[in-house]
Amino acid sequence: MAESKKTGGATTAAPSGNAASQAPKGTLDGRCPKGPIADRWTQHKFELKLVNPANKRKYEVLVVGTGLAGAAAAASLAELGYNVTVLTMHDSPRRAHSIAAQGGINASKNYKNDGDSTFRLFYDTVKGGDYRARESNVHRLAEVSGNIIDQCVAQGVPFAREYGGYLDNRSFGGAQVSRTFYARGQTGQQLLLGAYSALSRNVGAGTIKMLTRRDVLDIVVVDGKARGVIARNLVNGKLERYGAHAVLLCTGGYGNVFFLSTNAKACNVTAAWRAHRRGAFFANPCFTQIHPTCIPVHGDIQSKLTLMSESLRNDGRVWVPKKAGETRPGADVPEDERDYFLERRYPSFGNLVPRDVASRAAKQVCDEGRGVGSTRLAVYLDFRDAIQRLGKNAIAERYGNLFQMYEKITGEDPYRVPMRIYPAVHYTMGGLWVDYNLMSNLPGLFVLGEANFSDHGANRLGASALMQGLADGYFVIPYTLGGFLATEPLGSKVSTDHAAFAQAEAETKERLQKMLSARGKRTVDSFHRELGILMWDHCGMARNDAGLRRAAGRIAELREEFWKNVNVPGSGTELNQSLEKAGRVADFLEFAQTMVHDALYRTESCGGHFREESQTPEGEAQRDDQNFSHVAAWEFTGIGEKPALHREELSFEYCKPSQRSYK
Amino acid sequence: MSSKEQGLHLVLEVWRQKGPEDAGRFESYVLDSVSPDNSFLEMLDQLNEKLVKEGQEPVAFDHDCREGICGACGCVVNGQAHGHEKGTTLCQLHMRSFPNGAKLVLEPFRATAFPVLRDLVVDRSAFDRIIQAGGFVSVSTGSAPDANLVPVAKDNAEKAMDAAACIGCGACVASCKNSSAMLFTSAKVSHLALLPQGQVERERRVAAMVAQMDAEGFGACTNTQECEAACPKEISIENIARMNREFFKAKLKRL
Repeated sequence: MAESKKTGGATTAAPSGNAASQAPKGTLDGRCPKGPIADRWTQHKFELKLVNPANKRKYEVLVVGTGLAGAAAAASLAELGYNVTVLTMHDSPRRAHSIAAQGGINASKNYKNDGDSTFRLFYDTVKGGDYRARESNVHRLAEVSGNIIDQCVAQGVPFAREYGGYLDNRSFGGAQVSRTFYARGQTGQQLLLGAYSALSRNVGAGTIKMLTRRDVLDIVVVDGKARGVIARNLVNGKLERYGAHAVLLCTGGYGNVFFLSTNAKACNVTAAWRAHRRGAFFANPCFTQIHPTCIPVHGDIQSKLTLMSESLRNDGRVWVPKKAGETRPGADVPEDERDYFLERRYPSFGNLVPRDVASRAAKQVCDEGRGVGSTRLAVYLDFRDAIQRLGKNAIAERYGNLFQMYEKITGEDPYRVPMRIYPAVHYTMGGLWVDYNLMSNLPGLFVLGEANFSDHGANRLGASALMQGLADGYFVIPYTLGGFLATEPLGSKVSTDHAAFAQAEAETKERLQKMLSARGKRTVDSFHRELGILMWDHCGMARNDAGLRRAAGRIAELREEFWKNVNVPGSGTELNQSLEKAGRVADFLEFAQTMVHDALYRTESCGGHFREESQTPEGEAQRDDQNFSHVAAWEFTGIGEKPALHREELSFEYCKPSQRSYK
Repeated sequence: MSSKEQGLHLVLEVWRQKGPEDAGRFESYVLDSVSPDNSFLEMLDQLNEKLVKEGQEPVAFDHDCREGICGACGCVVNGQAHGHEKGTTLCQLHMRSFPNGAKLVLEPFRATAFPVLRDLVVDRSAFDRIIQAGGFVSVSTGSAPDANLVPVAKDNAEKAMDAAACIGCGACVASCKNSSAMLFTSAKVSHLALLPQGQVERERRVAAMVAQMDAEGFGACTNTQECEAACPKEISIENIARMNREFFKAKLKRL
């Protein structure tokens, strides 16, 4: 285990060195069960040890985060009888960013009688992930997907219904069956409120201790096992120690390393990164998903990007002017001067190519100077033809709320002028490495939902994030955590007076103090923005060796400047939002380098990771199964130091890797 | 107009309060070059960047998703919760809807049950406790039957969804002269009372949630309807009428 004494601050520049040919330090075993894939989870559940019901309340579990994964896990574990404490940085558990998911949740119920099955959902997910996910995990996800819908309906989640009263489904990208359950455009909200209600029931009954406005700033590791956390009470600034038999991180993804993303403002990598610094391996951090249909950036004060549902591509046509530097408004550009580039390049899938392909194509035309709008970083999504063909009313019925949202944000009426869209960072497939039981390489540290790396490979399909978060929380962790705790003696819980707690608290305090005392000239946001632009330019939609190396060097410089020149007003003993942000940005500045290192190492293109050096003659992503059919899990060796590589080989017994084509 | 190129000039009167014990006061700030394309919260970001650069402490405000769904943001702008635009959270309110030279008075969501923590940040945990008292269906993980076993009439599902759209922001409380939480509470009571899954606990639920609402110090409803007007999700006060009926029936049955 690598436990650094450094508490942030001045470090050497980034020797990413020969990431591309880095030799592994070790190999990892995902501890997947053997045997026929359809039997593995059932057999594994039987083989897992059980905790005696009378003993469960004596086991203490910390759950960090209250999104779908965290709220579902906390409620389910409390119902089993465990002694659960939950921490969230928000003022209420209902604020977690799962709430913002729009489209839906996949489940292989086959209610549509259209040929769906557990195996098909499994297959679509492995293929959609560009063959970089574990087959055993994905099959389990597909197996429990139906139980999730049952559970949510029983909680009172108001899913869309047909007139007969039965559940409605719609189709989504990457699948040829209709398996997506939805609640208008607010599926994430309704699922989260369902999990929140289950959580709240337990809080009311006294079976969960709920702590709001707590930022987890460190993970306490004793003799290689996770034994607790250090949290900052965001109202009074006090550092608090919490000890437990196991710690569950359900803390979401790291998309905000790009500053501008569709993530909520507070989404951060801190808990995961701090766990990494204490020895947990970070897997595939370069796998990030860029969503093609977002409202473009409009100015330098902009704080976040807003997603427009990808369902718009069913009727909207994507185009840019043929001529670079076109200045006429979109509606005035004649038909023969328009380039419908998706339809031209991908005649069979047209505007409905997968997210990664559509995003890269938009970037390419903008790079050619043919982007539109004031920033020239946008393409048109035009409904003119659909309105002519179907009438305005039909379009309003299908997309009315989205058109309204677009107009609210941009001040333009998409019924009259084409929408402008551009890709934006949306989701991160990478995360802390976990085994089949969702346990990291640190015993006692479990990682659920977007925070782990496990089920989506290099690209996540639409409506699968909600499925995974709830699968982990409701139907996986209740079994696998028991399997771990059954082997942990009750007396193994460490007192919060232990030296490791004192040390972690002291280091956290020192780090906070260091940020507060820099009293420099730059605001926290200005560092975050600069880091974001750097990451977007060099580690965004397309990456290459030279750009990544430049980014690595610049990140190190920026990090050094941060600790000398950041201005964090106020003190640490009060509600101080600048300090909260500063800590998150400090961790992003460390994490970014590992992400860039991973992108340098993975010289193939796959899913959301596009290395310009690895493409087909037509400019499509070229996977390299020979050399990269593995998970790259990184071990922390020091800030700005080259992380050590641990490889987990992936084998595909049921889904044979093939080159994706959408021509 | 020149404000399109140069941005808006704004005069802000902002409630500043160090902590729960501080008396608090308004402070004036002048902000220039505010892009009409920015959201209200981006305007506050701009103000805070300016304050920090000038060595002052930034204005604390809750916010997160900035797409109108998490319910974290909100303050009172010129007397109206989330500002003047109908059906809009503060984060979705854009500066183009304000004239150049506008004077904006910003206050926290005030209510006895929402103590101010700092500046525009208030403690809305009373809402969580109302849900904890009964805003759920008691179904433990794993005990649910097949999702299609119980059909739900589409109309009921739609009505339940209308009520379930509440984001728990607290604008209803802040805009009510009685600081009543009836719209919030009734939205959850309605959502579950309209669905077959909510029937078993129907009476117990409404009784417990109303009791908790009263215990938190929220006022009673006097049908002013300001809550509905201020609600960014346009939750209907029909829900309050429904909750009153539910409450009455529950009390009759239990007495």
